[in-house]
Amino acid sequence: MKFQPGMEPERYELDGPLPYRFSFRRRSFFKTVGAGIVVVALLDKALAQESGRRGGGRRPAPQDIGAWLHIGEDGQITVYTGKVEVGQNVRTSLTQAVAEELHAPAGSIRLVIADTQLTPYDAGTFGSRSTPDMARTLRRVGAAAREALIDLAAENWKVDRASIKVADGKVVDEKSGQSIEFAQLTKGQKLAKAIGENTATSVPVGNSLPKVDADKLVTGRHRYASDILLPDMLYGKVLRPATLKGELVSAETKEAEAMEGIKVARDGNFVGVVAPNDLLATRAVKAIKAEWKSSPQISHKELYAHLKKNARQPQGERGGQHTGSVKDGLQAADLRNSQTYTVAYIAHAPLEPRAAVAQWEGDKLTVWTGTQRPFGVRADLASAFHIPESDVRVIVPDTGSGYGGKHSGEAAIEAARLARAAGKPVKLVWTREEEFTWAYFRPAGVIEISSGAKKDGLLTAWECHNYNSGGSSLRTLYSVPNQISEFHSTDSPLRQGSYRALAATANTFARETHMDELANSLKLDPLEFRLKNLNDVRLRAVLEAAAKAFGWGKKAKPNHGFGIAGGSEKGSYVATCTEVAVESGKVKILRAVTAFECGAIVNPDHLKNQVEGATIMGIGGALFEAIEFENGQIKNGRFSDYRVPRFSDAPQIESVLLNRKDLPSAGAGETPIIGIAPAIGNAIFAATGKRLRSLPLRATAS
Amino acid sequence: MANVSSLNINGKAFPADADPERTLLSVLRDDLQLTGAKYGCGEGECGACTVLLDGVPVRSCRRTVGSIGQKKIETIEGLEQNGKLHPVQKAFIDADAMQCAYCTCGMIMSAVALLRKTPKPSRDEIIRAMDGNICRCCAYPRIMKAIELAAKGGAQ
Repeated sequence: MKFQPGMEPERYELDGPLPYRFSFRRRSFFKTVGAGIVVVALLDKALAQESGRRGGGRRPAPQDIGAWLHIGEDGQITVYTGKVEVGQNVRTSLTQAVAEELHAPAGSIRLVIADTQLTPYDAGTFGSRSTPDMARTLRRVGAAAREALIDLAAENWKVDRASIKVADGKVVDEKSGQSIEFAQLTKGQKLAKAIGENTATSVPVGNSLPKVDADKLVTGRHRYASDILLPDMLYGKVLRPATLKGELVSAETKEAEAMEGIKVARDGNFVGVVAPNDLLATRAVKAIKAEWKSSPQISHKELYAHLKKNARQPQGERGGQHTGSVKDGLQAADLRNSQTYTVAYIAHAPLEPRAAVAQWEGDKLTVWTGTQRPFGVRADLASAFHIPESDVRVIVPDTGSGYGGKHSGEAAIEAARLARAAGKPVKLVWTREEEFTWAYFRPAGVIEISSGAKKDGLLTAWECHNYNSGGSSLRTLYSVPNQISEFHSTDSPLRQGSYRALAATANTFARETHMDELANSLKLDPLEFRLKNLNDVRLRAVLEAAAKAFGWGKKAKPNHGFGIAGGSEKGSYVATCTEVAVESGKVKILRAVTAFECGAIVNPDHLKNQVEGATIMGIGGALFEAIEFENGQIKNGRFSDYRVPRFSDAPQIESVLLNRKDLPSAGAGETPIIGIAPAIGNAIFAATGKRLRSLPLRATAS
Repeated sequence: MANVSSLNINGKAFPADADPERTLLSVLRDDLQLTGAKYGCGEGECGACTVLLDGVPVRSCRRTVGSIGQKKIETIEGLEQNGKLHPVQKAFIDADAMQCAYCTCGMIMSAVALLRKTPKPSRDEIIRAMDGNICRCCAYPRIMKAIELAAKGGAQ
């Protein structure tokens, strides 16, 4: 696959057409949103260039606007950003960013997000970038809007602006005590202000603002993409190949076409139907007699050998990093260890499967769909239908989760093709089996680590190779004078792509398991051994915080074990301690303590929710999740065969948040997932003496 | 078998005209615009489609609409009374017991059924009653807290 500079190599699914130009026209703003004040955040040149680089240098800088804010003549504050809400609470945290700077109640701010017609271009909601980039941008926008209101008030009252401030959604002159509503200042205005990077902002207050729109979510009033209903809408279903990579040889559709209310759409390899309801659509697809050509494909049993066999040499700066001489380091060591670790393919299985509603009006297309890349999906649609992007509108209602698994727009393209055939709006909701089979998976991987250490516990050498799963967090965070870290791309038998925290989960599992092995061989306490080799103060801090809250150092009951692991990814730091009980090969996680640090905390309660949720979600990949496949078939593509964490799997859970107000806020939706698997594996070792080096961990495996 | 012409939902008769072999979930969502119940798996494994049938939580994706008759169906849309949230709905907000919230309506319906039968459930009773509902974001500890909160306030 094509490698894009500036991106993590494991974002395989993003290997497609990329950005375009969005120009800023002052007049069009007011035409769309009405009079008032508009503040537009221009992205700094460095960021624009970085984004442009991704297009291979052939395209113009894709964007120059990050977000904008409008205060209408009625005082309504509306913020426009291209980010997507998938459960990470971005709607709340971004509202908070504006509210804190503008000094207006959160309830008075409306966020319009992820609508390609209304919001500025955004590359996508991934990589934990919403907090460090978009929240920062919105803080600047909020601050500039506040200053603009103060200017207007000063002019209005003919007083010095120094005594004017904004508080509780009003502008107040502290000297005279007079105050004025936003609406009175914005009435009749057409004030546009473009701001750059230099707008001063403040540090997040750190309040636990309740979730915005929670009332719509608990009443069922919120409409996910799969809930959208349009007049005259029909229901679509796509004929799927008999096997992965299957090619259509022939399809006999006469019987389906003869069914009442059915229309069949055939276009190259694509065959689908539309029907008045989902049952009729399912029946019609079943009535199609299709022949598929399939090629032999490997099974999950041969996976790791296959990945190793097809490995390529690392390329470029992201492929490998070398420091000192590993050979010398190993020679100088008193203890050497060389091990192989593996991680399975796992499925994101977002509870809302891929879904889309598509509507054509002439040659103009509107699609509601759940994706983490609305603008990317717009480009895909334009390209699939040979129409300009300006004729395509993608709207992403707050979505039933993604975890990195919704960077693509298959359902959108399929629904649009069916809607064109039907001449009416069409809804297409993937079944759970389709989601398990035709979406993409978290990459499987093989990780090899060779290390050396002195008797006193100091590391002398560390060599690490990751095959296929990715390079994120591959380089060890411990201080080792001699290191090699290399990522090797290879041939993936399954379609794969981003997953929450990318390969940091795999690489942290391998590294933290290996560290535990060394500690055990050196007869050192696992925490003490880590700290001895650790100069990174932020990682030290979370390890110590987790250990303290957990009560590390106590003696475990028989058949019980304690495990610890830590890591860093996307600018945040995590450490997890667990207690497990192992009874006749059955692992029960009794307790998990996760310490997390992501700079200045934006919303402590929502951060805890993310940390707890990620820790429990990580139990799935740690203990039971693995995609089984054979001859182009996914063998366990349904919830009755593929076990995900449930209530009964949730241990007693604690989270410890470290607030570093002196550091910029980093994203927090991904990293808290990376510590749990090695912490569990290390605890199983402590309980049983059995070292497990494959995810999922199977205590009964030989 | 004739088409289903009426369903008793949230205390009201809803006129319908549905193929009896369609799922209750599909008819609720697509014909009657009651989209609070969600499709999550189609095999009764995730609980996102949970509604109450004569007070018992059922997976509406596994029930044909022809099998319902005049049994009383309760959906999430019927919980709010006169603009006032049901105590379980309120408890879910207070405990911040959701992330993407796609599972939330099904969770709330299962929790309402539990609390009607067992007003003061133990942790184990909550886990047993709720284990058929998947929250892929894994907000489980908070959902348990919400149910306990609702139980404390005497939710019904």
